Amino acid sequence: MIDTVTQFLSDNLVLIVGAVKAAIIAVALLSSVPLLVWLERRLMGRFQVRLGPNRVGPFGLAQPFADAVKLLFKESIVQGSADKFLFFLAPAVVVFTAIVTFSAIPFGASFTLFGQEIGPHVANINVGLLFVFAISSMGIYGIVLAGLASNNKYSLMGGLRSSAQMISYELTLGLAALGVIIVSGSLNLVEIVEDQAVVPNIILQPLAFILFFTAGVAETNRAPFDLPEAEQELVAGFHTEYTGMKFAMFFMGEYINMITMSAMVTVLFLGGWNAYFFEFLVPPVIGPIIVFAAKVFLLLCVFIWLRSTFPRIRYDRLMTFGWKVMLPLAVLNLMVAGFFKVL
Amino acid sequence: MELFFFIPIALLSVLLAFGVVFNKSPIGSAVSLIGMMLCLAGVFVIQSAHFLAILQVLIYAGAIMVLFMFVIMLLNLKTAEDTVWKAREHNTLLSVLTGFLVLGLVYKLVEIATDANFGPGMPVAENFGTTEMVGAKLFTDYVLPFEVASILLLVAMIGALVLAKTKTD
Repeated sequence: MIDTVTQFLSDNLVLIVGAVKAAIIAVALLSSVPLLVWLERRLMGRFQVRLGPNRVGPFGLAQPFADAVKLLFKESIVQGSADKFLFFLAPAVVVFTAIVTFSAIPFGASFTLFGQEIGPHVANINVGLLFVFAISSMGIYGIVLAGLASNNKYSLMGGLRSSAQMISYELTLGLAALGVIIVSGSLNLVEIVEDQAVVPNIILQPLAFILFFTAGVAETNRAPFDLPEAEQELVAGFHTEYTGMKFAMFFMGEYINMITMSAMVTVLFLGGWNAYFFEFLVPPVIGPIIVFAAKVFLLLCVFIWLRSTFPRIRYDRLMTFGWKVMLPLAVLNLMVAGFFKVL
Repeated sequence: MELFFFIPIALLSVLLAFGVVFNKSPIGSAVSLIGMMLCLAGVFVIQSAHFLAILQVLIYAGAIMVLFMFVIMLLNLKTAEDTVWKAREHNTLLSVLTGFLVLGLVYKLVEIATDANFGPGMPVAENFGTTEMVGAKLFTDYVLPFEVASILLLVAMIGALVLAKTKTD
């Protein structure tokens, strides 16, 4: 009996390790959302010279959990004119794509555990960069479908705006990433990180970094590019009709996308888990993961900083900026990078 | 193992393809089409053409279908639900032409099926389906079809622009 069990386990080791890693990532991402919400509210409070949530638990840490419980127990309202199936599908698509996108991102150097070499990523795909773009572009459908299924003019406008914005800024995002691909000569995210062992790409491709991060803020629908959910003009946009947990799922998706985008910037431009001058401080196995997490944390703070600093830009300005400034700059960056590669 | 994944994915893709045709609302059709394209990408993965699979998701499911959704949203085609089925008139010439098309398709399918070797598959090369392989093939062996196809797309785009322009004037 035990023999057959061990035989089965060793035969399917790859599948089991993969499943365990996938479960860990999904749980870690989902449980980091409340922490990120807490961080954002506390930081925003400080930025606006007020305290932020500080009543529930130490430093207000239990506030997001109290909010989650409140959202879970709220009545779920589906208005009669909505397309039921799509109305339920939309938030699921948002959260699913957000979590799956992270599966291709390597967040630490590989280590050996019980004689098995384990890389801290769910899947090491040789076209990992394209995988991330492909799945994150599927996330648009969540917002589009929410806008369509709600059968509400505000929601429709929010969905329309969002899809137009995401299509426009996805081009810049992809072209900026192409500069990195030219420098490191690979689409594999692990190889891109290993290629930056000496010099991070932010020094070789500074313009691409700025373009990628700006387009990333637009892709995640964060302020100052949060037009799909502009409260004043659109009554919250695509999620006007959503209540309770379905409403919360859109925010879970947004926060997970923020983490994923920060992780992508870390992988592509900040050298992933390489600590450079502080390499001697880094302990083995767990160290590289901490370095990676620290870089992602810094970028998340920048996301929040941007939100509390800039006012929302007007919709036509947003599109003009995307097509007439960002895109030509990205093409220029690509040409320069290609020129230096040929030299 | 391959069959274990292939059969459900293939069945699902056929079902979703029927969903595209038989769905009464345009949004439902579009969603089915997205699902079918994702299933096709799954089939490509099973055939170890990973690059192609990712491009299938990125371009067809990610980019082109978003534009489809865009058009559906702008035109608000939901109202067309009840008119779609009434508007169909009988057209003999069209029926005969479609019949020939279906016959040709069936003939080709039978030909492929009889020629196919259902034994153990051919071993694929080490770098089959990788980005380098596809890129090298595209820019050496298939450079002419590649360029012709891109010119064709450009011509179609300009044509669409011209058509749209004359209408507004």
